[in-house]
Amino acid sequence: MAFREYKIGSRMFGLAFGTSMFITLYMPAVDIQNVSATYIAMDRQLSFGRVGGFSYEDPFLQGWGKPITVQISQDPKTGAAIESTRAFVYEEDVPFPNGIRHPRILGKVPAAASESKGRINEASEDQGAVFIVREFVENGVMIPYIENVTATRGWTPSATLAKANDSQRLLVGKGKIMFVREGCWWCHTLLPEQTQDWQYFGAPPMLGDFNGESPTAFGSDRKGPDLTHVGSRNSSREWMVMHFFNPRLVQSHSIMPRYDYLWGEKDASGNVIDYDGWRAAYTAYANGESIYPPEVPLPAADSEARALIDFVLNLK
Amino acid sequence: MFKYLFAKAEDIPAGSAAIYFGYSSIIWFVIGTGLGSFNAAKLAFPDFVMGSEILSFGHMRQVHVLAVILGWISMAFAMAMMYITPALGNTKLWSEKLGVWNCFMWNVGLSIGLFLLWMGVTSGREYSDLPFFIDVIVVLGLLVPLCINVLMTIKTRRTQGIYTTNWFFGAATFMLIIVFTVGNSPEFFQLTGLTEAYLTWWFAHNVLGLWITPVAAAISYYVVPKVTGNPLYSHRIGHLHFWSVVVFYSTPAAHHLMSAPLPEWLKSFASVEGVLILVPAIAFVSNLLLTMTGKWRMFVENIEIKFTITGVLMAIPLNMQGGFQQTRAINWYIHGTGWIVAHAHLALLGFSTFLEAAAVYYGLQTLLRRKLYSLGLANFHFWMLLIGFTTYWVSMTIAGLIQGAGKIYEVPYIDVVIAEHPYMIARWVGGTMVFLGNCVWLYNMYMTARVGTVIPAGRLPHELAYER
Repeated sequence: MAFREYKIGSRMFGLAFGTSMFITLYMPAVDIQNVSATYIAMDRQLSFGRVGGFSYEDPFLQGWGKPITVQISQDPKTGAAIESTRAFVYEEDVPFPNGIRHPRILGKVPAAASESKGRINEASEDQGAVFIVREFVENGVMIPYIENVTATRGWTPSATLAKANDSQRLLVGKGKIMFVREGCWWCHTLLPEQTQDWQYFGAPPMLGDFNGESPTAFGSDRKGPDLTHVGSRNSSREWMVMHFFNPRLVQSHSIMPRYDYLWGEKDASGNVIDYDGWRAAYTAYANGESIYPPEVPLPAADSEARALIDFVLNLK
Repeated sequence: MFKYLFAKAEDIPAGSAAIYFGYSSIIWFVIGTGLGSFNAAKLAFPDFVMGSEILSFGHMRQVHVLAVILGWISMAFAMAMMYITPALGNTKLWSEKLGVWNCFMWNVGLSIGLFLLWMGVTSGREYSDLPFFIDVIVVLGLLVPLCINVLMTIKTRRTQGIYTTNWFFGAATFMLIIVFTVGNSPEFFQLTGLTEAYLTWWFAHNVLGLWITPVAAAISYYVVPKVTGNPLYSHRIGHLHFWSVVVFYSTPAAHHLMSAPLPEWLKSFASVEGVLILVPAIAFVSNLLLTMTGKWRMFVENIEIKFTITGVLMAIPLNMQGGFQQTRAINWYIHGTGWIVAHAHLALLGFSTFLEAAAVYYGLQTLLRRKLYSLGLANFHFWMLLIGFTTYWVSMTIAGLIQGAGKIYEVPYIDVVIAEHPYMIARWVGGTMVFLGNCVWLYNMYMTARVGTVIPAGRLPHELAYER
């Protein structure tokens, strides 16, 4: 490095690269950080749990350590009838989402409300907790916040789960893991674009709709429809079951792969699924040799297929 | 390779690391394009190989992407750095042993990472899919040793100045460490939401802009003057290229999320900076093409120049697309469609691969001191790559335009799928041609090492006539 030019060049390089990093990393990070989480952001992160990809609690992406979303119409503590409520049950040792662990992520006002009104700082992962999302009006603006109902109303995770039968439980957190692991987002985006696109696929998201969620799994390469609002377009569980087992049953031109392997060994009634027999029967149907396709087995309550279908139906 | 891992430094022949990197990169290229061809078959024929979680499209797509980026392209870069950097400094590689270890770590680390990724262990972020402990291996085992070796070789050079190629090598290896570490930081620091999504694309943009594009260009700054015997047309234009890459090309990351709810100032800034890609692009292309003055017959006769100049010419449509498709005026139409897939393959399989292939062809002949086994097979490789890639690019561009039209006219999505189907088949045909061409290349380079004519001392590979 004998030349003076190289010293100047090195410094210029540091200056140019540093300025570039400042503008493209520091400034946007500060700007995005100042945005408050919306109602949607709180609902999303509470239903997905801490991480939707690789994590310590779930290194093989099996859906371990994820919350359960329930719809209950009875108070878990008193048993009294209440308005139908969506609650997020974190059993013992299920890691809390980022907004609870670091309330700063929620933005100033929602974080303060979640701590004072919602008492989220009293929640403990060791004992588990139940959360709901609520709103209040301040100066004419609706402000969402997270309420730790274990602290405010005494709803324990086990009592809350007991008030919801299987059809009132959505395994959204586990389903998001399936969505990421199976690469659904390589073909289906989760981001209606801000231009004409949203007229077909529904409202594009807002800046605050993702605070606390990780990863967002937006996808970049669309080979199938956007799924952000798919649960509003099609809320039929029967359709989803057939579609995931073999998409050509309900959409003959679909190029989606069959996700029948997510059904596992046994169906909902505990019978062993005969995949080879099913495929042979379907091939006969597709070739016009039989009139009806074979019956699609219902996924078992703890199967990966069920969690993925819960996740997709929950995208509203 | 294994016998040199624990050998004394002076017992390791000069050029060993580059040779291992060269052959590893070709093998990863065969693997990567084989996966690509298999994936494309699944898009064209969805029931092709079904019922297996491991062989499903969603498990293999990201393995294809990272196998070609970190396996083929980056290892070919490492190979080029390990023989070009010392050659330009009139010296030896700073540490041949570190280079051999680097190659060993690269193969092992990448194999583990891609195996886990294939099994479904992913962070869920495109391009930075690898889980964080693999990221640590990549930075400490792959990138840092490479950077140290390149920078120390430049420092211990025995020439007075530093040639253009080595500016790029030194800067890019350093910038890649920063880019890879920062881009994967969401996993360490639990950054969430749009910050995380933005950082994901910041990484994806900069790994192309500050690693693949400049290093590929740097290789051609070496190969073209070396093989043609013409000096580089202009050192000054090289300066313009280098500095405009550092200043402009590190900033437009946000244009990948043009339709996401990012702050508007950020998207506008990224879009304007994105058009400025034309500055380094025009500087690079004009400099190289003017260097060819008087030697254009080599474009036909010499395989390295044929590959390099084809890659350089592909930089023209690549940067014209890249500069303008990210502006709001155009992006709304083609965002998220097959057009982008075509563009990404134009960058990696078109522009960049052709430049690296030339470097690997030339470097392996130089280091092994053996003339290429067969010009016929090399030409076959070239045309399979070029026709296969062109088939892919044209079909995906058309498919993307169909998708764009479907998007704005609110066509039911299944009609778009039906309309795209012929192009999905064409894409598979093109990808398979590339894969078959690479298999032939691997055979050709294997035979070069075994039975290629020995190049006499003091001679350069391109000075000898081809024999087959």
